[in-house]
Amino acid sequence: MEFAELIKTPRADNVVLHRPFHPAVEGTLCLTGHHLIFSSRRRDNAEELWLLHSNIDSIEKRFVGSLGTIVIKCKDLRIIQLDIPGMEECLNIASSIEALSTLDSVTLMYPFFYRPMFEVLEDGWSSFLLEQEFEHLSSVTNEWRLSCVNKDFSVCPSYPPVVIVPKSIDDEALRKVALFRYGGRFPVLSYYHKKNGMVSWEDEKLINATLRSGRRGFVIDTRPLNVAQQARAKGGGFEQEVHYPQWRRIHKYIERFHILQESFIKLVEACNDQSHNMDRWLSKLEASNWLTHIKELLTAACLAAQCIDREGASVLVHGSEGTDSTLQVTSLAQIILDPRCRTIRGFEALVVREWLQAGHPFQQRCAQSAYSNSKQKWEAPVFLLFLECVWQIHRQFPCSFEFNEHFLILLFEHAYASQFGTFLGNNESERAKLKLPQKTMSLWSWVNRPEELSRFQNPIYEANSLVIWPSVAPQSLQLWEGIFLRWNRPSRFLEEAEEERINIIKYNKELQAKVNVLRRQLAEMETDGEVQQEE
Amino acid sequence: VENVRLLDRLSSRRAVVGTLYLTATHVIFVENGSETRKETWVLHSQISSIEKQATTATGCPLLIRCKNFQVIHLVIPQERDCHDVYISLIRLARPVKYEELYCFSFNPKLDKEEREQGWKLVDLNEEYNRMGVPNNYWQISDVNRDYGVCDSYPTEVYVPKSANAHIIVGSSKFRSRRRFPALSYYCKGNNASICRSSQPLSGFSARCLEDEQMLQAIRKANPGSDFIYVVDTRPKLNAMANRAAGKGYENEDNYSNIKFQFIGIENIHVMRNSLQKMLEVCELKSPSMSDFLWGLENSGWLKHIKAIMDAGIFIAKAVAEEGVSVLVHCSDGWDRTAQVCSVASLLLDPYYRTMKGFMVLIEKDWVSFGHKFNHRYGNLDGDPKEISPVIDQFIECVWQLMEQFPCAFEFNERFLIHIQHHIYSCQFGNFLCNSQKERRELKIKERTYSLWAHLWKNRADYLNPLYRSDHSQTQGTLHPQIAPCNFLYKFWSGMYNRFEKGLHPRQSVTDYLMAVKEETQQLEEELEVLQERLANLQKSQSGHNKVKSKQQDRSKQFGLYTSNNSLANTPQEYSSDLKSFPSQSPSQGDEDSALILTQDNLKSSDPDLSANSDQESGVEDLSCRSPSGGGCLPSEDSGKDSDEAVFLAG
Repeated sequence: MEFAELIKTPRADNVVLHRPFHPAVEGTLCLTGHHLIFSSRRRDNAEELWLLHSNIDSIEKRFVGSLGTIVIKCKDLRIIQLDIPGMEECLNIASSIEALSTLDSVTLMYPFFYRPMFEVLEDGWSSFLLEQEFEHLSSVTNEWRLSCVNKDFSVCPSYPPVVIVPKSIDDEALRKVALFRYGGRFPVLSYYHKKNGMVSWEDEKLINATLRSGRRGFVIDTRPLNVAQQARAKGGGFEQEVHYPQWRRIHKYIERFHILQESFIKLVEACNDQSHNMDRWLSKLEASNWLTHIKELLTAACLAAQCIDREGASVLVHGSEGTDSTLQVTSLAQIILDPRCRTIRGFEALVVREWLQAGHPFQQRCAQSAYSNSKQKWEAPVFLLFLECVWQIHRQFPCSFEFNEHFLILLFEHAYASQFGTFLGNNESERAKLKLPQKTMSLWSWVNRPEELSRFQNPIYEANSLVIWPSVAPQSLQLWEGIFLRWNRPSRFLEEAEEERINIIKYNKELQAKVNVLRRQLAEMETDGEVQQEE
Repeated sequence: VENVRLLDRLSSRRAVVGTLYLTATHVIFVENGSETRKETWVLHSQISSIEKQATTATGCPLLIRCKNFQVIHLVIPQERDCHDVYISLIRLARPVKYEELYCFSFNPKLDKEEREQGWKLVDLNEEYNRMGVPNNYWQISDVNRDYGVCDSYPTEVYVPKSANAHIIVGSSKFRSRRRFPALSYYCKGNNASICRSSQPLSGFSARCLEDEQMLQAIRKANPGSDFIYVVDTRPKLNAMANRAAGKGYENEDNYSNIKFQFIGIENIHVMRNSLQKMLEVCELKSPSMSDFLWGLENSGWLKHIKAIMDAGIFIAKAVAEEGVSVLVHCSDGWDRTAQVCSVASLLLDPYYRTMKGFMVLIEKDWVSFGHKFNHRYGNLDGDPKEISPVIDQFIECVWQLMEQFPCAFEFNERFLIHIQHHIYSCQFGNFLCNSQKERRELKIKERTYSLWAHLWKNRADYLNPLYRSDHSQTQGTLHPQIAPCNFLYKFWSGMYNRFEKGLHPRQSVTDYLMAVKEETQQLEEELEVLQERLANLQKSQSGHNKVKSKQQDRSKQFGLYTSNNSLANTPQEYSSDLKSFPSQSPSQGDEDSALILTQDNLKSSDPDLSANSDQESGVEDLSCRSPSGGGCLPSEDSGKDSDEAVFLAG
């Protein structure tokens, strides 16, 4: 298919762009296969706006006389308005945008066309291999092994080809266990707690094999009890306690799918409400239930972390498919427990391991954002909820994370629309079929370059080796303004404050360096002096 | 009283046993046992209510609520003791004479001269000069020198030059409590001013020539504008109701060249109830997100805060952008008027956003103009209907502005919290009584100490590390966003859950940056010394001083860096679900949480187990065991001089 066929009017002049907190600008609008480009004509203050079509969540058009207006709502929650003179032009442009932003073939997406303008120092596709993680694990314990049982994705299509399993279980047993689990998703190692050798995961024999004698474990089931029981009637269900004598079950219900999506839509609606009424804002915020989901999720993650760190027990987390709430809980628990996950590199590894390789269906979940009208049942802000929980912990421990808020926002943006192939596909098997590593650029290749990385560093980071226990009380949780109010609050003063923080730290470091140089000089001169004296 | 249990509101698991002492000024709870005998001190004047609850098997619970939002839950073993404590506290918490208040016995060991110096720190004469008055338009009037015209006004009041004594006295007779229009803020740049008064006694049709002349005079004092705004900060309905009582508001037809405007801020009774409702939400035991948000909305608190801010923004805009003078009043002109005038001044003038300037602002708009501190904050036993969190709301407005303009204020959140604390503590004389007249009669300045001097002495603790006097946010008028802006107003947990440390961020960016800045300053000094020595050395090649002493200084400094990591290491109660865990021993109560689970193979019949157990399972971090209860810092204010005195090691 040629994109040109979809673009009947590639260019329109005298278009006026409206954005909140910016004066309206007049300029030229151009459509390309993947971008909407607006450039102001004023020479003194030329301005360009590049918008990926895949970032467009919904589009509305209306007419006053022959002046058409298009309102574009983006997946990153920004809303812009374009006034386009000429009814035909406007209609053409609107229908092009609609078609180009809803391409159904993955291989037509921008990552397959994107040619990077930067030098690749490190290929992000091979930055986080499970083998490396296993090497790290082997240095603390020898009870685990790498298994290639899934190398052609035949045992479990949504798992990576290589997994970490207990040493005492052979591949044949894994195959049998997989038959017993939904989608073939047999339990694999998610996190090994160095301090006391406790593990967190994702059958009878396999589970008990992970427990040395006398150890206990917890199964955290994120489904509501009645759903779990229904699933059991259908042949799914949960582990019966008689068969798992050393395990205890905890039900910690976490909402999923359309409930989350609805909550997301309601929250964004509330944030865009222009009314002056305080009561209405608070009641809409409450009615969205978003913060309730945040609180529940954080609570479940803290509980899992607590079982591991304080009870010295192993934890098995599972939901229905194990690709959503399970991943939220295991990855958040690791943020709490493991200082490595609070570094930039470690957090990237966590996202790769716990989300991409573990088979979170990004393409389905992030197909649409809060403005979409289509009611497909697969969309859900599962990853965004995870990122927000990280932000909530970050807010309570602002010195314990190597990255800053912008890094989390970046991941949110790229999960929904990106020039990189990292978040395309629903699991490793699909990514292999699409040949993403060969045909697209990895987000990590770009973000890990020193000049990019510096934008995502937290100036006040001090490595903190402790477990960090966040508060989950309502008073401790706040709306994530960086995402939800990003486009409708004035941010200048907050940015200035951030700049000020960076400057304070920078000046301190400069002084330290200067003082060190002088000290060294002095010491040298003094020893020289002593030598001379001795002579 | 011995063997008293202090309960932690967040979890019954963290109760501690100790001894309760009552002194003439404080309630003191001293923890038993552990090597770090923690102490909790509460001033009697901070107590807002005491509640004795039904006796249970473990003892008699006593709930003490404080005006600084601390809630202390004690369980006293003997009902008799509990009753005695209750009766004593009721009497002690409600003094009837000013002389009983703590400030008359509080002695920070300063001599007479230091005390006088302290009172001179904030000087309103100097402040009016700084504003630029007296000048061609404004003069100081002595009509009130013996409080003869208005007993709740200060002796020295600025009025327009064209308003003679006859006009002032005439106008005062037409105003509630004779609070005639007087200058609150003068804008040097464009001659616009903010004046304040009480409501006119206009009833349905009354007029007063002198009052009309007074408003004319205010307009004439600003030659750049041909009208003034008259802002009535009450809801229109309330103002109209007042007309029936012979009071009311200005009729635009009678006064030439005024524009009249209502801004609906509710009265003290609505505000009192609103705070009460919000505090009930704060006190909820493990509330859900919906409980909390619904309760917050239902209390209306943030709506009221926003109304006050909106009024301040309106006035600041009129003065700064339109260059129009404003006369502000409410009913008596000492509550809402004080709030609104001071918010507007704060927005207009960067000086009030400095530490010293903020003290001056409170002194000017609140203390000198007769805000009724004694009645509003219940220092002496009085009518509970007079109590209302008027200045608390102003302080919260400042905090909300600090959140929106992080670099604009020289002081930090702690400064605000400590001022709030001392408005109720009666440890210093500043906020005693209801007017300047009463304070002079009591000879406050000779018998008590000034809070401002105390805060100024410790100003290093109150600095905002992001403040720079040459930063753009510290210049000129602040322009808060007007719409849409509801989401900019947030619940202030640092104030209303001040003593629940577990709810707050565990690491403070402010403290961290303050430590860095302090280190930076030392580095600057060291750099200078090193450069000098290097130069000397290069000259003589024979310097043999020691570098070491300085290096030790620096390593000490680094200790500050690790901020509150220890606090970080305390898990909270994440689940009450865990109680369904079958192996839990029956002796443990319902609230016991996950942490207890491992204890069931220990001795399970010990009733105190729940108090001790988490220390046993608490592994490496015994030092940080109490994120609340003893962990609060009420008592830098409680008679000891400094923050360090809070927990005396036993």
